[in-house]
Order: sequence, then C-alpha cells, then structure tokens
Amino acid sequence: MNGRIRGLFTLLAIGFGMLITMTAYWQIWASDSLAARSDNARLVYRQLQIKRGLIFAANGRTVLARNKRGRKDGFTVYTRVYPQKGLFAHAVGYNTVDEGRTGIELSYNDYLTASNADLATQLENLGDTLRGETVTGDNLITSLSVPAQEAARRGMVGHVGAVVALQPSTGRVLAMYSNPTFNPNDVVQQFSQLNRPSAGAPLLNRATQGLYPPGSTFKTVTATAALDTGLYTPESTINAFGSCIEPSQFPIFQQLCNAPGESFGDISLSTAFTYSVNTVFAQIGLKLGHDRMINYMRRYGFWSLPPMDYPGNEMAASGRYMNGHLMLPSKPMDVARVAIGQERLLATPLQMAEVAATVANHGDRMRPTLVDRAIRPGGSVAFTQHPQSMGQVMSTQSAQELTQMMRNVVDEGTGTAAQVGNLPVAGKTGTAEIAPNVNDAWFIAFAPVTHPKIAVAVVVERTPLYGGQVAAPIAANVIRAYLNRSLAQ
Amino acid sequence: MMRSPRVRELVNLGYVGLLTAAGFLAVYTARQHEIRSTSLIYAGFFLVLFVFAHLGVRAGLPYADPWLLPLAALLCALGLIEIYRLDPVLARDQSLWVVIGLVGFLALIFLLRDHRRLEDYKYLLGTAAVFLLLFTMVAGTTVNGARLWLRVGGVQVQPGEFAKLLLVIFLAGYLREKREVLTFARRQVLGVGVPPLKHFGPLLLMAGGSLGVLAVLNDMGTALLLFGIFLAMLYVATGRHLYTVLGIGIFVAGSWLVYESTAHVRERFDVWLNPWATPRTTGYQLIQSIESIADGGVFGTGLGRSLQLIGNPPHPVIPAAQTDGIYAVWSDEVGLAGAAGLLLIYLLFVYRGMKIAAIADDGFSKLLAFGLTFAFGLQAFLIVGGVVRLIPLTGITLPFVSYGGSSIVSNFLMLGLLLMISNRAMERHR
Repeated sequence: MNGRIRGLFTLLAIGFGMLITMTAYWQIWASDSLAARSDNARLVYRQLQIKRGLIFAANGRTVLARNKRGRKDGFTVYTRVYPQKGLFAHAVGYNTVDEGRTGIELSYNDYLTASNADLATQLENLGDTLRGETVTGDNLITSLSVPAQEAARRGMVGHVGAVVALQPSTGRVLAMYSNPTFNPNDVVQQFSQLNRPSAGAPLLNRATQGLYPPGSTFKTVTATAALDTGLYTPESTINAFGSCIEPSQFPIFQQLCNAPGESFGDISLSTAFTYSVNTVFAQIGLKLGHDRMINYMRRYGFWSLPPMDYPGNEMAASGRYMNGHLMLPSKPMDVARVAIGQERLLATPLQMAEVAATVANHGDRMRPTLVDRAIRPGGSVAFTQHPQSMGQVMSTQSAQELTQMMRNVVDEGTGTAAQVGNLPVAGKTGTAEIAPNVNDAWFIAFAPVTHPKIAVAVVVERTPLYGGQVAAPIAANVIRAYLNRSLAQ
Repeated sequence: MMRSPRVRELVNLGYVGLLTAAGFLAVYTARQHEIRSTSLIYAGFFLVLFVFAHLGVRAGLPYADPWLLPLAALLCALGLIEIYRLDPVLARDQSLWVVIGLVGFLALIFLLRDHRRLEDYKYLLGTAAVFLLLFTMVAGTTVNGARLWLRVGGVQVQPGEFAKLLLVIFLAGYLREKREVLTFARRQVLGVGVPPLKHFGPLLLMAGGSLGVLAVLNDMGTALLLFGIFLAMLYVATGRHLYTVLGIGIFVAGSWLVYESTAHVRERFDVWLNPWATPRTTGYQLIQSIESIADGGVFGTGLGRSLQLIGNPPHPVIPAAQTDGIYAVWSDEVGLAGAAGLLLIYLLFVYRGMKIAAIADDGFSKLLAFGLTFAFGLQAFLIVGGVVRLIPLTGITLPFVSYGGSSIVSNFLMLGLLLMISNRAMERHR
C-alpha cells in the first residue's frame, strides 16, 4: 500500500506544481497585459495614487499642471488641475482616468510618474513604495514662453487656426496655440460636448495635426531648392509672362495665374519672392523637377511625423494627401503647382514653423522640443534636453540669401504688416483659396534677422482676408511679446 | 541530543507566533488610519491558544507528529491576517471559530482516545454522511446558485465539510474489510479479472451519490472532492487500475450529462473556458481573482497594501474574497514568493500526513490517514486551481485559511485524527 500512497502523493505534488506554475503565469507573464485592462479596478487607483510631477512654463514659475489631493475608498488620490485653463491646453494635454491622457502629459508620462527606466529615479521610487509613501513624479520645465503664448491667444481671438513659435538655434517650442481651445479641467465632464461636430473640434491640436494648403509660404521651400541646387541666384532673371502662363507655353495641365490684377515681366528671383509671383515659381518648379523638389521637401521634414517630444498620434506628417491619406512622394505630380504650394499639398503649422526656423538657423534644421528639463523630487536633474540637429537642409550661403529675400517681403512686399518697429523681420505670406473668398491665410517669419531668436508660423482658417492681412500681424505680435520679454531679462 | 517531538512542536509554534505578529503588524501599519493598535492582541491571543492546544497534545498524544499542529496554526494565522485585512469583524468571528475548532480538537483527542474505535461505527458514520447531504438537498439554502448551506439555530453550517470527514472514516473501514474481495478477481471477462458484481454496488453508489450532489446541490466542488477521495482510497486499498479507469469513465460521462442538463454547471464551465466573454456578470469573480493575483507580481504589494476594498461602504473587489478568493488576496499582497510558500506549506502538511499513513501499521489507520490527508490536499488543489483558472472555479474552502466555521472545525477534527494515528504509530516505532 505504501507504494500507492507514495504514488498519489506524487500526483498531488505535481498538481501543486501546476498551481504554482499557473500563479507564476499570471504574476509574471500575463501581469502587464492584465494590469492594463480597462476592467481592472487597480489601474484606476494606481494612476490616481501617483503624485504626478508638476509642469512649468519655461520661466520655471508659471504652473501649467499641478495636483489636487483627495480621498477615495480610503486611499489618498491625486487629480490634475490646470491653472492656465485653455491657454496651454494642447501642448500640455490632459491626464484623466476616463478619457486617457494627451500631450506632454502622455509623452512624458514616464517622468511625470517616476516610472522611467532611469535608475536613480527608480531607486527613489522604490524607497517610496517600500515606505508606503506616495510615489512622486519628476517635475517638467517646458520651453513654452508665457508672453509668447498669451500673444498668440490674443491674436487668435475671433479666428480659427494655430500659432507655433520655435527658437531657431535649438528647436525649443516657444509657443503652441490652437484655437478654439478647451479647458482641460473640464475634459471629463464635457468630453461628449467637446466632440460634437458643432463644437469646432477644440480637442484637435491644429498646430500639429491641422493640415492646410501652405500656399505661397511654400515658395520658401521652392526657393531653398532653387538657390541651393545652384540653378538660380537671387538675381537670376525670369520672365513672368504677365499675369498667367498657359499649358501651350509650359508642360502644365491648366492655366496658372498670379494674384488678381498682378502682372510682371522680366524680374529677379528675389523680386518674384517679395511679391509672391506664381508664374515665376511655377517655372522654377518645372526646371527643378520632381526629384529635386521632393528631396528638399524631405530635408525640411515633409513626409515624416515631426520628431517632436509629443505623442505621435497627435501630430500629422505634411505632404501630398489624397482622401485623407498621405500619398507616396514618388507619385507623379504637377511640379509647377507644387512649387506654389498647391496640388494636394498640405502642411501643418509646426512644419512651416520648422521651415522658417531652419532658414533662420543657417540651414541647420533643429529637432523641435517642448520640454527642457525633468527635475526629480529631490531637486536633482533627471533629464536635460540637448538641441539636436536633424541635418543641414541647405548651405549657409543659401540660407543667407533666402533670409535677405524673406526680409524684403516684410520690408516692402506682401508682408509689411509683420513689421515690428525697427526690428528687422524676415517672413513669407501665404493665402490658399479653398473657396471663393474663403482662404486659409498663412504667415511664417523669424526675427531679429541678424541673430534670430524666434521663428513663427501662423495659420488662420477660412477667412476672407489674405495671409499678409490677417496672419502677419498676429506673427508680429508674438515676436514682439517674446522679444520684449527676452530683452527685459 | 535528539529533541523530543513535543519540544520541536513548541519551537515551531514559537516561529508561527512570530510570523503571526509580523503579519498583523504589517497589516496594521499599512492600514493604521482605520485600525486600532488592539489588532496586535490577535497575535498574542493566537499564540496562547495554540500553546494551549500543544499542552493538550503533550498530555494526550506525546509521540504525535510535531509538524502538523504548527503547520495548521500557520495556515490559520495567514488566513486570519487576510480576513482581518478584509474585515476586522469577520476576523473576530473567525478567531471564535478557531477557538471552537481547537476545543473540538482537544475533545476528540481526550474523549475518543483511540481512533480505531471509529471502525466499529463505520456504517453509522457513512449513513450519517449520506443523510447530511440528503438533508441539505431538501432543506439547504442556495448561495451563488449552489446549495451549500444549512441553517442550524442561527448559524450557517456547510454540511459538505463534515460529510467529507465522515465519508473518509466510512471508506477506511469499509475498504479495509472488503479489500481482499475487491482485489482478487474470481472471473475473467474479456481477459480482465472482474470481482463479483455485488461488490460494484458501493462503487456505483458513490459515483451516483457524487453526481447527485452535483446535479441537485449544484455543488461541483464537493462532488469532485467526494468522488476524488473515493477513487484515491479505492486505488490505495486495492491497487486495481480497473476501478480508477471505470470510476473516472462513469464520472466523466455523468458530468457530461449534468453539464448538458444543468445551467449552473454549464455556466461555470463556460466561464472557465472564457471568463472575458462575460466580464461584468458570470465572469466577474474569476476575472477579479486573476487580476488580483497578477497585481501581486513576484514579491507582492505588501500585506494590507493591495487594492481589495472599494466603494462606500467598503466591499471587496473580488466577490467572496474571504472564502473562495482568499488565495487571490494572499497572492496579491505577498506575490509569487508568498503564494508558492503557501502552497508549499500545504504540500508539507500533505507530506507529513502521507508519512503517517506510510508508518501506520494497521489497514484502517493507514487508509484513514491517507484519506484524510488526500482530502485535505485535493480540497486545497480544487479551490486554488479554480482561482488561478487551472480548473473551473468551485465554491469550496481553502482548508484552515478560508473564512468559515464548518471548514475550520472539520479541519481541526481531521487534524486531531491524524495526530492520534501518528501518536500510535510513533509509539510503536519508538
């Protein structure tokens, strides 16, 4: 009998081994996926129990996101408060249990919850956990400038659109404002209202996701290719052929005209840029050809998601779109129309701000970034943003020549409304007519011309006005607000 | 110098006392905003209680196994800590049941004196087991679709727990008597030796009875447990695989019939196969158990620190957390390390029990020790297996750990019988 007793003991021992294996399966292999399930009540509590890091503006004083302490089911819980309400809503985003998280709250969640792979933070975090204390996340110092952001908001009152401002030498985002905005404190209560078609899509960050035909601001890209390939100089003379060019003269599919009532003869490239002459830039596009145009567009970042420290699903790539889908760059296109920013070409304000910033930074395109530093609760630095070059788009000389051409636009051309006192400003206007008397109005600019400190892109949706009329003054105000501030410091 | 078994037992109980104090202290510090410092009295009270039991064993069963009582005490302590963590009021009830269980344990030792006297009452006890189950079928109250409970003077009693004990005693006596006739075949059928047909009667009766429990009481856990005990004891007594194969065949066929005809059993199976198909209704308990276990990770969230209570007034996240779900709560707070530890404690207990069965020298004692130990191990396997989704989840208790008076008392009686058997065997082997 003892042999059989031993046999059944072995059977039970195997059974218990299976129990341990099964427990280990749940606790080790399946643990992460189970913890992330929306029906797991722990997920909610764990998130609420973390004291997320604060988010500050670039001055390190203005609080963009902080915590409110409360109690729920015997646990101390923290919920987010956004003291600046709608002002920084899109850049900072929101952190909620019900509606998830967006913006910097999402892209820097690891730092904000002190769950990043960084060992020192992990150790501090582990200490908190062992002592049963609240886990406190790292604070973030963003690059966002309060005066620039406020100027952007003032400028956009009554308009739908977006403003992006970058520091050309570093790529730091100085302002990012999208109108209409929303109050991140009310996202949970008003989520369904905010998503109604009639609400005007306030949750959409038009600065990074809004796709607009770039119109004549795109001539900056065409001019970059023209100068940098050596096919043209600013003084190259081109015949504008009056007010329109015809398919009989050039390999274009249909008539292509200048702005109503404008007619030019033999003019220089620089003059054509100053007055935004379509008939000249169409010819330049044809001469450059498909491959060269695509090459320079890609150098500027077209056809890629912006390499910004921001959630990828809240950004869009600029390029040619068909039925809401990005077309392959190799697809045949009417290069003459692409050269003047038409032909299904769509760009985000962030992309066009990068174009301006790249010219300002001597042709060196910098990676745009929103966060400068992460500071651990103890005060030590967990993370420092280092400026990163995305590559030289054009030669320094081409950038210099282009800068002069852009300066002429503001001094005497279509962009005079962007003048800021005696300050030398470089810019380019754009007006994409999407219906009769309904335009998407653009302005891109940087200043001061000699040592650029800020590059801006402004877009105003569905306005009867031109870019030089409605977008340029907004850009000027953002530049003024930011430079006054930095001069004072 | 060899320590005497009783000194070893006392030292082991000392360790258990320390662990208990540490456990309560951990829960207390984690939840101090809700719980008074009186909680530590539990540990002291607990130690005194078991030292008292130890003195009883010292007087009545001086040669008994020195591991079983401390292991049982440890399991009780772990259960009490987690029950306390869920609801201090339930913990107070549970400690009362532990007192009653220990009183029963000592009464059994001193009144029965010799477990072999039970052999004479085997038919009486067997009939009592059947009547307990029959009575539950008629007068039981239904909880969670299963009819498990009897109400006796304001106290809920789970007859299945006692029926299990009585059945083991009956089977030990019956099989000791019929071993020979069941083992040695008189006739050959298709080349297989078959004992006289009349001896198949009890086998069919047991299979039918267990299936009856399943079909009428909807109590899959008890049905599996009773039939598992029966098959294991039959196999150990006779060594005939024929019975085992036949028994499993009958049970599987019967189970399939019950599955087809009983909504409750079918539902339990379907939930086992895919709990996430019905996450808010029938799958809820299993999903909450699994998510709670997964939350623990390797080292756990810490005693008293996991999310177990939500809402106002607080209620457990896992339905029936203090009974069916206690393993999930434990795994959450102490992780894989603690969960494996708990299972090893069970296995150690089973090992000691099997060892007692191995050294017991009369057939009845052997079968009784084996049956009690196997029942104990199988029960732990069935409930933990259900909670970790290895097998369908059933509503039986985790011995010594789950909240529940019937379970605690019947397990202490089982412990008393095992110690009596070991005392006699060790005395003779001395």
